[in-house]
Amino acid sequence: MKFRVRQVLTVKKNKKMPGKGGPGGPPGKNIDPKLLVRVVKLFIHDYPVHISIAVVCIVISAIIGVMPAVYIENITDIIIRGLDIAKTSGLGEAWSTVAPEVISSLSVMAALFVVGLVSSALQQQMIAIATQGFLDKMRKRMFEKMQNLPVKFFDSTTHGDIMSYYTNDIDTLRQLISQGIPSIISALLTLTVLVCVMLYFSVSLMVVVIVGVIAMFKVTKFVGGNSAKYFMMQQKAVGKMEGFAEEMMNGQKVIKVFCHEDASKEDFDKVNEELFKNVEKANTFGNVFGPIMNNIGNILYVVTAFVGGVLIVSNGKIPNISIENIFTAGSLAAPLAISVVASYLGMTKQFTGSVNQASQQINSVAMALAGAGRIFSIIDSETEVDDGYVTLVNAKIENGVITECPEHTGRWAWKHPHSADGTITYTELRGDVVLDSVDFEYEEGKRVLHDVSLYAKPGQKVAFVGATGAGKTTITNLINRFYDIADGKIRYDGININKIKKADLRRSLGIVLQDTNLFTGTVIDNIRYGRLDATDEECIKAAKLANAHDFIIRLPDGYNTELTGNGANLSQGQRQLLSIARAAVADPPVMILDEATSSIDTRTEQLVQRGMDALMKGRTVFVIAHRLSTVRNSDAIMVLDHGRIIERGDHDDLIAQGGTYYKLYTGAFELE
Amino acid sequence: MLKRFIGCIREYKLHTILTPVLMIGEVVCECIIPVITAKLINSINAGCEMIDIVKYGFMLVLMAFVSLTFGVLAGKTAATASAGFAKNLRHDIFYKIQEFSFSNIDRFSTSSLVTRLTTDISNVQMAFMMIIRTAVRAPLMLIFATAMSVIVGKKLSLIFVFLAPVMAAGLLCIGLTALPMFRAVFKKYDKLNNSVQENIKGMRVVKSFVREEYEKKKFAAASEDIRNDFTRVERIVVLNGPLMQFTMYTSMLLISFFTAKLVVSTGGTYLDVGTLSSMLTYSMQVLMSLMMLSMIFVMITMAVASVKRITEVLTEEPDIKEKENAVAEVKDGSIDFQNVSFKYSASAENYALSDINIHIASGETVGIIGSTGSSKTTLIQLISRLYDASEGAVKVGGVDVRDYSLKALRDEVSVVLQKNVLFSGTIKENLRWGDPDATDAEIERICELSQAKEFIESFPDKYDTFIEQGGANVSGGQKQRLCIARALLKKPKILILDDSTSAVDTRTDALIRKAFREEIPGTTKIIIAQRISSVQDADKIIVMDNGRIDGMGTHDELLVSNEIYREAYEIQGKAGADGEEE
Repeated sequence: MKFRVRQVLTVKKNKKMPGKGGPGGPPGKNIDPKLLVRVVKLFIHDYPVHISIAVVCIVISAIIGVMPAVYIENITDIIIRGLDIAKTSGLGEAWSTVAPEVISSLSVMAALFVVGLVSSALQQQMIAIATQGFLDKMRKRMFEKMQNLPVKFFDSTTHGDIMSYYTNDIDTLRQLISQGIPSIISALLTLTVLVCVMLYFSVSLMVVVIVGVIAMFKVTKFVGGNSAKYFMMQQKAVGKMEGFAEEMMNGQKVIKVFCHEDASKEDFDKVNEELFKNVEKANTFGNVFGPIMNNIGNILYVVTAFVGGVLIVSNGKIPNISIENIFTAGSLAAPLAISVVASYLGMTKQFTGSVNQASQQINSVAMALAGAGRIFSIIDSETEVDDGYVTLVNAKIENGVITECPEHTGRWAWKHPHSADGTITYTELRGDVVLDSVDFEYEEGKRVLHDVSLYAKPGQKVAFVGATGAGKTTITNLINRFYDIADGKIRYDGININKIKKADLRRSLGIVLQDTNLFTGTVIDNIRYGRLDATDEECIKAAKLANAHDFIIRLPDGYNTELTGNGANLSQGQRQLLSIARAAVADPPVMILDEATSSIDTRTEQLVQRGMDALMKGRTVFVIAHRLSTVRNSDAIMVLDHGRIIERGDHDDLIAQGGTYYKLYTGAFELE
Repeated sequence: MLKRFIGCIREYKLHTILTPVLMIGEVVCECIIPVITAKLINSINAGCEMIDIVKYGFMLVLMAFVSLTFGVLAGKTAATASAGFAKNLRHDIFYKIQEFSFSNIDRFSTSSLVTRLTTDISNVQMAFMMIIRTAVRAPLMLIFATAMSVIVGKKLSLIFVFLAPVMAAGLLCIGLTALPMFRAVFKKYDKLNNSVQENIKGMRVVKSFVREEYEKKKFAAASEDIRNDFTRVERIVVLNGPLMQFTMYTSMLLISFFTAKLVVSTGGTYLDVGTLSSMLTYSMQVLMSLMMLSMIFVMITMAVASVKRITEVLTEEPDIKEKENAVAEVKDGSIDFQNVSFKYSASAENYALSDINIHIASGETVGIIGSTGSSKTTLIQLISRLYDASEGAVKVGGVDVRDYSLKALRDEVSVVLQKNVLFSGTIKENLRWGDPDATDAEIERICELSQAKEFIESFPDKYDTFIEQGGANVSGGQKQRLCIARALLKKPKILILDDSTSAVDTRTDALIRKAFREEIPGTTKIIIAQRISSVQDADKIIVMDNGRIDGMGTHDELLVSNEIYREAYEIQGKAGADGEEE
């Protein structure tokens, strides 16, 4: 798959788009927490209801999630009491005494569990819906924005890079919002609830846990930070491998022809080794994270047990400070109860589990932020500016007076409102184009067109000839305002094209490019792309005009044959014929044609040529000519060299001049 | 097949074996820890004997460290083993592809090879790591936890007999429903990406026809379709959570109830209080390992397709092999086709070439002309043995091409391919593909020959100008001239240009041919072209039609005798040819 753009001649690919650093982006530092806020805000904006429900559910689940710890304390208490009773009044008696208590305690728990179950199921359903919806919205936001970006963006960003916005980057967002954010929220909530419960039971023990948690955070920061760093580096190395593989696989036949296998193996080994090292490191950090956190948890458990034991053994000499004591003992400090220690241990486990869970999300958060950065860089880029106010309308012309009308009349007029006096004037669309001292530069300071002036009267054919880089394509890029001129004026039917709405300007101009681009869909759909309301008959008529009809009806399903992969099932010549038909169905008064240089065999080339000729009839045409026959039939020929018109005139004039055109015509100059 | 695949573990065998072993250590620790924890709780409940607390606490800390050591080591070895396995796989695939002949390359598309080298290997790598870490860990955990719960909880462990199948069945149901749905939605996703790609490529068309709104609508519809499908499967997949919770809560309630009952009604003799917390831990472990098993199941099903695609490349046999005692020197640039027929695959019905007999003397210039699909390219590809003739023999320098070593043959037969590529790197680096030891002066001379010198020197960095991937920053004509220079630098005995000057103007084209004539007269030159002007001064012109030679002779002879040639000449007009001779 090649993503070659019709290269805008001398514009070098601008590798550094804002916010862009290849797949994965540069590691670590450029992650901006503000992006997280922005993603979350946008997410809430899109799905307020779903998210509110989910958050409420998360809160409920978090609270209920803490319950087992409390409840084990309760059951343990009951059991111990039961054992006491058993000592005095027999085993059977003991069980029948405590059984109702156990059952009632279990019933309460069961009820809570049901609530917890429902809320967590509901939460996950809500998040599933909201996540997919949000991704859909983000995709659309990005795509819609992209449609309005200037051509310059597409000329200066590689297509592979743009694609990865839609694939990799969107995917990182999915991770973030469906897993990252919910588990961080739920972990934080669990922690809060646990802290409250712990505070209720014992402040002294809580201090121990807090100290342990601080240690866990430190470890998270170290291990997690490294993990995220290597993860990003891994992504980068993967991107490099992808690029390398793509280049080599594309050039595999050339490698064979040059017996270059050993050299390419050597290059490959380097890239492969680098990838290996990064993958190994990233995975190592990822893998050891769990065991480290778990065992810190275990150690914390022991420390808690030990401190608890000391407090109990001290038998009140070191009193336990807790809120519970206010209710039971009437003061903050009281001896620590054994059952408190037992349940505390459970909570410690849960506490460390939550920290663990939240810290596992570090990689996905880091990746998502890098991805979000790139997505927003598209969403934030500047769209094509369009200050035009002159519009194209259907018109009736009677006795030289133009009136606007809603229905299709086959004639159009430029509707030109004048803000100064509030009047509206109409100018008939004729296809008269004038370039007046036009200068242009793709990049600041690198002028590629100098003082270009020319005119084309309605129905005239203007041919551009000259070497690669002389500025032929650039001129056509300016007429339909793919790029805006630096100085000078371009007038269409006497109106400065800067005043014309871009959409209307482009609607009045047809274009057939050298590299044909077809879309997935049927043949007739592709022709209809030129004018969406064209009937089947009109499409077929256009195909006939373009000489495409004969080959189309020989396709397996005729006009309904499905095209895929830019018409991969068609020959180059057939694709060109279709793109001519597409322009023909649009039927604009002005055409821009870029003749193909690519070698198609002589017979097909003739068909294409005749199709082009038919299309040119009766229109104003700007043609980037590669064929001498085209040039010879032109009303005016502009010979370009390094962005200047060096000769102009019709064929006979120029031959008589004996200059560059003469040399070119006689095959002594580059015609490309 | 699988043997070849697993064989790629090579130097990482130790890591691969060590990982599950270390994992066993970790699992053992993780199962012992709850026992000690239970003792600890017991001793607390029994009145907090400090000696017991210290004793069990110390044991627990010790176990934690042991477990930590095992866990960290296993994490490290697993990472090394899987990354290494992936590295070796990539290495083998890439090296294998380097051995591919043209027909092998044709069998796989470029993008599919790239996918195999990247995405597929990533999938396999992840699955591999999962397997060595968890495929041992999960069942082991399941067994240990169950065993421990039998030891500690005795009758209580019967609870799992009921709950585990419920959970397993639930997981299986979810997995089996979701998998096909996932596959379907991923296909749609691919389609969406394809259409985005089309949109990007055709942006100039979109903008010229003012189809932005139309494209937005089209995209929105496709995107929403994916959203709907994705939401549907996601909503099924997330049922995993509640299922897990349900079994967990149920087991918790049952365990608590029966523990209370058994402890109290036996006066603590059958079970003790500490059983409660350890049984709860074991129940978690049992359920977690079931969950892990289901994840492994999904991982493996996902990776199977990738494994298949990778082994396809690994087991592909290169069609073209060197003979033993291959001839290492090409005597001269003469070429003979003797009764050559060729078809692209043994099963193909039609021959791409039939009954080809040509003799080309060393140093001759030969033009080949013919319409698309007339097998011009096929013909010349047999000379440097990019494909092997199906019947008959192709000889270079009087020796059958199959008897040469490939390097010797291809170094002397230099082909400028029709679909040519430059690689990212400087111009000089690209040209040195032809001769790694070429001096700057040589490179300059060759570029002069191929008419590339002028434009190269107009670049600010001259020969050090960086060529973007695929040669995106030079024009078609410039690229072609660079490719010719690269081939010339080999100083071959035979030079073949396959439509290599199509984007070059006629004058430059003529200059290149003139340079060939004057500078490398001893080299046999074969030129495929669409333009009559490119071949008309050749010593011999071959007209190809439908895989057969339709005519052979000089320009003047063919104008008289060959209809195809005459027709092409007339269509192209004499205009371009007029000024040809200057």
